[in-house]
Parts: sequence; C-alpha cells; structure tokens
Amino acid sequence: MGDPALSRRGFLAASTAAGLGMTALSGCGGDSDGGSSSGTTTIEWWNISTTQPTKDVWAALAKKFEARNPTVKVKIVQLENDAYKSKMTALIASGKLPDIFHTWGGGVLKQQVDAGLVEELGDRTKGWADGLLPVAKEPYLIDEKVYGIPFDIGMVGFWYNKALFEKAGVTTPPATWSGFLDAVRALKSENVTPLALAGKEKWPGMYYWAYLAMRVAGADAVQKAADEKDFTGPEFVEAGRKLKELSDLRPFQKGFLGAAYSTPTGQAATVGNGKAAMELMGQWAPVVEADAGKGLGDGLGFFPFPAVEGGRGAITEVFGGGGGHALRRGAPQAAVDFLKFFASAASDRELVKKTGVLPVVPAAESALTDPNLTSVQRQLKAATGFQLYLDQAYAPAVGQEVNDSVAALLAGSKSAEQVAESITKVAKEAQ
Amino acid sequence: MTSTFLPDKRSGPEAGRPPAPTPPGASPGRRRRRVSHWLTAVSFQLPALVLFLVLVLLPILFALYAAFFRWGGFGMPSDYIGTENFTRLLDDPVFLGDLWRCLVLVVLSLVLQLPFALAMAVLLNQRMRGRAVYRMLFFAPYVLSEAITGVLFGMIFAPDDGLADQVLGGVGLDGLGGEWFADPSMVMATLFLVMTWKYFGFHMMLYLAGLQSIPRELREAALIDGANAWQRFRGVTLPLLAPTLRISVFLSVIGAIQLFDLVWVVTQGGPDHHSETMAVTMFQFGFKRYQVGYASAISVAMFGISLVFALAYQRFVLRRDLQGATTTMRGGGG
Repeated sequence: MGDPALSRRGFLAASTAAGLGMTALSGCGGDSDGGSSSGTTTIEWWNISTTQPTKDVWAALAKKFEARNPTVKVKIVQLENDAYKSKMTALIASGKLPDIFHTWGGGVLKQQVDAGLVEELGDRTKGWADGLLPVAKEPYLIDEKVYGIPFDIGMVGFWYNKALFEKAGVTTPPATWSGFLDAVRALKSENVTPLALAGKEKWPGMYYWAYLAMRVAGADAVQKAADEKDFTGPEFVEAGRKLKELSDLRPFQKGFLGAAYSTPTGQAATVGNGKAAMELMGQWAPVVEADAGKGLGDGLGFFPFPAVEGGRGAITEVFGGGGGHALRRGAPQAAVDFLKFFASAASDRELVKKTGVLPVVPAAESALTDPNLTSVQRQLKAATGFQLYLDQAYAPAVGQEVNDSVAALLAGSKSAEQVAESITKVAKEAQ
Repeated sequence: MTSTFLPDKRSGPEAGRPPAPTPPGASPGRRRRRVSHWLTAVSFQLPALVLFLVLVLLPILFALYAAFFRWGGFGMPSDYIGTENFTRLLDDPVFLGDLWRCLVLVVLSLVLQLPFALAMAVLLNQRMRGRAVYRMLFFAPYVLSEAITGVLFGMIFAPDDGLADQVLGGVGLDGLGGEWFADPSMVMATLFLVMTWKYFGFHMMLYLAGLQSIPRELREAALIDGANAWQRFRGVTLPLLAPTLRISVFLSVIGAIQLFDLVWVVTQGGPDHHSETMAVTMFQFGFKRYQVGYASAISVAMFGISLVFALAYQRFVLRRDLQGATTTMRGGGG
C-alpha cells in the first residue's frame, strides 16, 4: 500500500494546489470587469452561434475587431440554444451577466432589465444605431428605451410547395382568409396534405393564433391587450374561432399532435419532402426544410399571412423576431464599440452573404441574393406594424400559456373563449 | 459505532461491544471517553454529512420554503402567499390528471409488466439452450439511456413512416396502425408499451437472482410429495421469492411517481397533457414558465407522495424483509 502518510500529504498538496488554481482562475474572471494592468480590455461575448458557417464567420469578425483595436481582446463563449437559456437563468440569479450577450428581446429581456442587469444603450449608440432597419430594433425597445442592437430580423409567413399548389389548381397564393380556406379545401380534394404542423412543440401552433389576432384586431390592439393584460375582447375570441374553422377542415398531417419541428419526421421535413403543401414558419424555414428533409429549392415560395375580411389588421403588419446583442450594466466602452463594428455595413454584408441572415443595415441589402429571402425582406421593409413572437414578447408564464392553450384548441379540448380566458387569467396573475 | 476504531488501552474488556447508554452517575472518565468516541465517529462521518446536507437536505428544505411564495426564480423569494400554491395544485386539472396517470401506470405495471417479467424469469431459469443470450437480450434495453429510448421509439411510432406502421402495413394489418404517441387516447398505452420494453428486463434480472437463491431441495421435495408444476410454483417458488417481489414492486411504484426523461423526450407530456406526469408538469412550470414557487409546490407534493408511500410500504409490507431498519424503532436488529 505504500506510505499512507506520504500519499495523504500528496493529496493535501494536490488539493491545496487545486484550491489556489481556483482562486487564480476566479481572479482572471474578475479581470474582465474592465482593463487589467497591461492596458488591454477583455470583453466576454456570449452567443448561440454553434453551427457552421456562422461560428467561423463570427470568430473571424472578432479577430478583425481585435486587429483594429489592439488593446481589446474578445473572448467568445458559444453555447447551444437551450444550454444558453438555462445558463443565463443561473447567471441572472447570480446577478452578473457577460459583457455582451445574445438576446431575443421582449419579455425575457424585460425581466433582465427589471432586475437592473442590462445597460441602457440609447445615448451610447446614438448616431450609428439610428440607421438600422426600424422593424429590426423593435424587440429591444422596452418602455421606449434601447436595450439591444439587432444583427438579424425575420418574420413568419406561409412557405408553400409551388408544384403541389399547381396540382390543386391554386394559381396565385391566397391574400384573404376565405381564399386561404378555399386553397386548403382544393389541396385536400387532390389528396394533398395542406399544412404541416409540429403539435408536440406548441410554438408553431401559436403562430396561427397570433397572426389571426393581429389580422382581426390589428397589431396595436394586440399590444394594448398585452399592456392591459386582457385578451378577452371579441377580436381574440374571433381569432380563436377562425383557427377552429381552419382546424375543422383537418388540414394538418397525420399525427401532427405528436410531431416535432426539426426531426426527420417533423414539420419541416414533411414540407421539405413534399408531403405537405405549406407551413407557417419564420425566415429560417428553407434551411431547416433542406436540413431535416430533402428541401424544395426553387420549388418553394413565400406569401404573407392572408388578411381577414372585415379585420382591422393590414396584411402588411408582420409577426416575427430576430436576434440581437445586449450589454451587461456597466459594460466597458469596448463592448459598445464592438456592437457598432458588428452592425456596420461591411460586417452586415458579410453576415448576410455567408450566414443567411436578413440585413439590418439598409446598405447591406445588396448582399441578399435568395429570391425567397428577398421577398421576406421586401415585406419587412414595407411593414406597417410589428409584433414579436408572443412567447418572447410576453413574460414566460404568459407566453407558455398562449402556446399551451392554442395547442389545446387545436387538439379540440378548449374553445376559442376558453383560450382567451386562460391567457388573460395567467397574464393577470403574472403581476 | 464500536470502540474498536482506536487502540484504546483503557477500553479493556469492553472493546468490540456497542456502547450502552450512560447510566446515571457514571464516572467522569467513562463519560469523557464516550464523548471522544462520539467525536471520532462524527469526524469520520462529517464529509458525507456535509455533502448530504448541502446537496440533499438543504435543497429539499429550500423547495419546501419556496413553495409558500410566488417566486420567479430571480433573487430570493419575497412574495409570501401562504398555502395558495397548494390549493391551486388541487384545483389544477393537469396536476390532478398527473395523479390519475400515475395511478394508471402503477396499476398497469403491477398487473402486466411485473407478472410478465416474472414469467420470463421463471422461463429463463430452466435449463435451455441459449439461456444466457436471452437473458442478456432482455436486459439490454435497461442499459440504454431514457433519452435514446425516447428518440428511438419516437421514430418507430411515427405515424405512417415509422417502423411500427410499416411492419403492420406489410403484414396486412394497416387497421392496427395508428397515431400512437400523437393520439390522446392511445398515448398512455404506447408509453406503457415502451416502459415495459425498457424495464421488464431489470425486474426479470431481480427475479432470476431471487429464483437462484431458492434451494433446489425444496422443489425436489415438493416433487416427491406429488406436487404438480403449478403447485410447486404457487407453494414453494412464489413464497420464497416474495422478498424480491416486494422490492421490485417498490422500485416500480417509485419509478412511476418520478417518471420524467422518457416522457419528456417522446411527447413532452402531450398531446394536450394526455401523457404528462408530475415531474413533467413541475419542469414546465419551473423551467419554462419560471413560476418556481408553484413548481416547488409540485415537487414537494411529489416528495410527500413518495415519502408516504415509501414509509408505509416499509412499515407494512417490507417489515419482515427489513427487520431492524429505520422505521421500526426497535433498534439493534437481530
């Protein structure tokens, strides 16, 4: 067994060393607060771009920024989407956020702002941030103050299979709700599944209800309902009834209640493999369709959510969201400089060309070549109203209740009235 | 805790005997020695105690505390609302449904899964060719992680394109195919099928071990007495296997109360809450809706149900198997 005393001493030495190491490490962490003795500032940048080519493009941009600012080091921390969300939850509880961090804006960002953890950027970004696409900045405005800078913006609309539409004799994409229902009926009579939906994940179903509410009540009224925490108005019940009208046609693929979104048997793959004619999805739909299924290439088209006859919302009001960056309260000037660099026309052109995001800087629009994304971009530029994804715009409890009760409506266990009531109930409870 | 830990010259003839309660008026020397023994014992247990305290006891107590607050998980809970979370729990159709579904799973496990495992164990306890291979095959699913099982069966039971529907269609039984996990009225049955596939091998192994500890002579004696196969099983095997059965039932029930991973991966509790379990509901409220106070109340309820069941089961069912264990207070054990 050797000499137990020696090995115990060895253990003690090792643990002491480990302890010292920890202290040293945490010391390093503290340094990122703001410059160190050598005069360089390290800014920590947390993002969720773990997939290629985005990962490399972003790293290259950080290198370029470092080359231009020799006294600044950018430390990139990349986490997968869900891991990032849970890590952030823990960080928020500890009260200390990274210098630059990914945000979707809306209710979650508001919670962080309310906790006093996020830097207000209005004054520090004046001048250069004014030129960014207005609709892209919308999600990061909280009480009319700027808390984030976008790098991506998109919207939800119908992605359709041109060949299947032709087969069913639908020559032009429907622009009204009744025209849309007619198209669904025409597709069904040709034995084509009109719509694919990921019922298991709930959020894709929420898109229908949210858009219908916007078309019936108008984007401003949806905002007002959220502010007043009251969704029981007749417009919201009407939105639920319209959705019921659609689901009564049984337009979704077989087993949609159990379908996921991006798995090989999920919503995106069903459309990408030509087994359903449409899906209501964001600007990333073509990429995921090609990844989870075969993809339709030029056979895929896009049209905005149709207008509802007699509704107050225009067809030009968009529902969507994007991605942006926020800064922790008291972040160094270098972090603001980095946001400015990242939102410059040159950087944005690079992002649009290589990573498939939509431009937030008007000067970068020339980099957009994909016809579908160009038509999404046209919609966004002409937008007369904007609503962020409900599960991000609202406090988490309310957003999840919207998803949950709309899913119940689609499963046939809640009525349109009950959906409006249960959302209102949770909104009122959530202070 | 015996006094053999330390070579103690004074212990003399008492060494190796458990310390008796200090009689009134014991000599101060003996008492000091007892204290030092006690300190030795505590210092040996301290690391484990600290870990248990920090990682098990404190979180439980904190959850109990948080269950009385409306709390979003940021900062410390401050909005005290009394027992509102618990009254809400009893009004929540989803939670009441969770309890019902838990009961369904327990009953199905006891009535179908465990008897099936027992039958397989008895079968594989006979002398037969390839016995070891069968045992290994039936045990293999238990080694798979819940997540892998979930993804696997999510694909197998995909409507139309999945293996299950394709095979049924291939042999002309299209009518039996269905929406499996996507059909609210079928999801629990499908889930139970997957759970049985995954867990029966584990229970089978328990029973096999139990069966092998039954002396052959007893069965041979019964045989000589003219008992038929069923009588030998009913009168000899089953009673002697009873301790193993009781443990297996216990594990099965506790597993049903805490079921999470498999459900989360396959259905996330859907469609429309029809496969949701208490743990899934807790996760939804704690980590999706950030209503951590309410989620704590759910976890406290789960803890309470498990605890009451475990104590009652130990007290009334496992008493003979666990004589002298914690709940009987008889001490010593013998």
